[in-house]
Amino acid sequence: MNALTLWFHKIGSPPTFYRIAGALAPWCYAIGFLLGLVALYGGLVLAPRDYQQGDAYRIIFIHVPCAWMGLFAYFFMAANAFIALVWRIKLSEILAMASAPIGAAFTFITLVTGSLWGKPMWGTWWSWDARLTSELVLLFLYLGVIGLYAAIEDRRQAARAAGFLALIGIVNLPIVHFSVNWWNTLHQGSTVRLLGPSKIAPDMIWPLLTMALATHIWFFGSLLARTRVGLLELDGGKEWVRAIALADAATSRPTEQAHD
Amino acid sequence: MRPGSTSAACAALVSRDLTLVWRRRGDALNPILFALIVVALFPLALGPEPEQLRRIAAGVVFVALLLAGLLALDTLFRGDYEDGSLEQLVLSPHPLSLLLACKIAVHWLTTALPLIVIAPLLGELLHLPGEVRGVLVLALLLATPLLSLIGAVCVALTVGMHRSGMLLALLVLPLYVPVLIFGAGACSAAQAGLPFLAPLLWLAAALVLALVLAPLACAAALRISLS
Amino acid sequence: MTEFFAMGGYGSYVWPAYAVFFVVLALEAWAPRAQRKRVLAELRGRLKRRQARNGTN
Repeated sequence: MNALTLWFHKIGSPPTFYRIAGALAPWCYAIGFLLGLVALYGGLVLAPRDYQQGDAYRIIFIHVPCAWMGLFAYFFMAANAFIALVWRIKLSEILAMASAPIGAAFTFITLVTGSLWGKPMWGTWWSWDARLTSELVLLFLYLGVIGLYAAIEDRRQAARAAGFLALIGIVNLPIVHFSVNWWNTLHQGSTVRLLGPSKIAPDMIWPLLTMALATHIWFFGSLLARTRVGLLELDGGKEWVRAIALADAATSRPTEQAHD
Repeated sequence: MRPGSTSAACAALVSRDLTLVWRRRGDALNPILFALIVVALFPLALGPEPEQLRRIAAGVVFVALLLAGLLALDTLFRGDYEDGSLEQLVLSPHPLSLLLACKIAVHWLTTALPLIVIAPLLGELLHLPGEVRGVLVLALLLATPLLSLIGAVCVALTVGMHRSGMLLALLVLPLYVPVLIFGAGACSAAQAGLPFLAPLLWLAAALVLALVLAPLACAAALRISLS
Repeated sequence: MTEFFAMGGYGSYVWPAYAVFFVVLALEAWAPRAQRKRVLAELRGRLKRRQARNGTN
């Protein structure tokens, strides 16, 4: 077994991952938060007013990064679900299920901030165009995965069933998007491109991209925190979890021990 | 409250049912999400034109809540039937109709009230005019307890049957039709600028009647289906 | 300063949007901590019950 495979196996071992995730998660939260503040300063204070939308456009600095995160989280979830179903890797099961609530939160923020942006700009809180409808469908898919995972007793079976649902859902997403695409599109087309020039001012794009990075790092922080809890649940009978449970009692509630 | 008295029994039943719902509070979200999806189906089927959606908004919200409530009816007796506490309830010395009235009240509080809270949001998704919103909520406040009471009688008849979902719908929906006619009728009258008080008063009268008679009918139905 | 809060007249839309962003993400970050406490407490309860049943460590 070469060094890389050995390292890979070690990382996948629950107590090791638990420890590493515990060390990394606070850093992710802190860096994500600080980057977010920098991005918000750039977006709210430094960036100039938009000639068409006035100051209302500043919602873009949270709306678009959250939209990107909602999609990223879904693909992350589906990829891990695929790995979990094909190779039966426990850690992938937990990573998939942990990313669902985070993705749902970002999608929810996207819908609400979009609505708040739409009211002054388009005159309506909601419109049934391709973008908005498929975003709402995405939220339903997330809630379905979360709901199915919560409904089944056995954690591993629940993760496999919900993971399978996530994979089916990924097929549904482009279908909904393209099938309603021929309706009116009130929502604007993309201005930020991965390749080639973007149609947005440089003063506005750096806070946007900084916030996108901040939300990505925050996502991983939350993912690691939730994965830790998932590992505790899954390995509940094992010695390393028992040790943690008892140590946690000693630090949080000393009176609990006194009753024994 | 003397222990062993009827009021103590009712209080105990109410607190037990509320505790049970609280333990599975995630499930309380299901009727809301169902209603949301049903409402979303209409623009997907008919097209997103706000003018067209505005005309059917109040009616669609009413039907969506009605169907969500219908699905939620199953939870009224299922848990108690499966662990045997329903039989104990029927055998208790206290008036069964009163105990059932308490159960139905808690069920309405935990399934229908959240739906009424999101009804304005559902209306907004279909571009419901602002002036109809108040009438819609008022009509729902009168109609949903009525639906719960009528539904409870029918659920009592089918309790314990396997796969009774479709059968329950067939029993209950004809009885729901007058409620829907008056409730949605009040909303469409308000939307057209016509007086809407009469249908609401009819709903209120039916509600008062149901509050008295439905628990008795439900008790009788339960005794029949559990015998 | 007041000009900043007014956001060119759109303040009542911009600030609730930012509030939703912060509140939802804060709740989302708090949830795993509450979950961890609950899971560990459940595990401790299960351990105690098993010890009581077996009468041994």
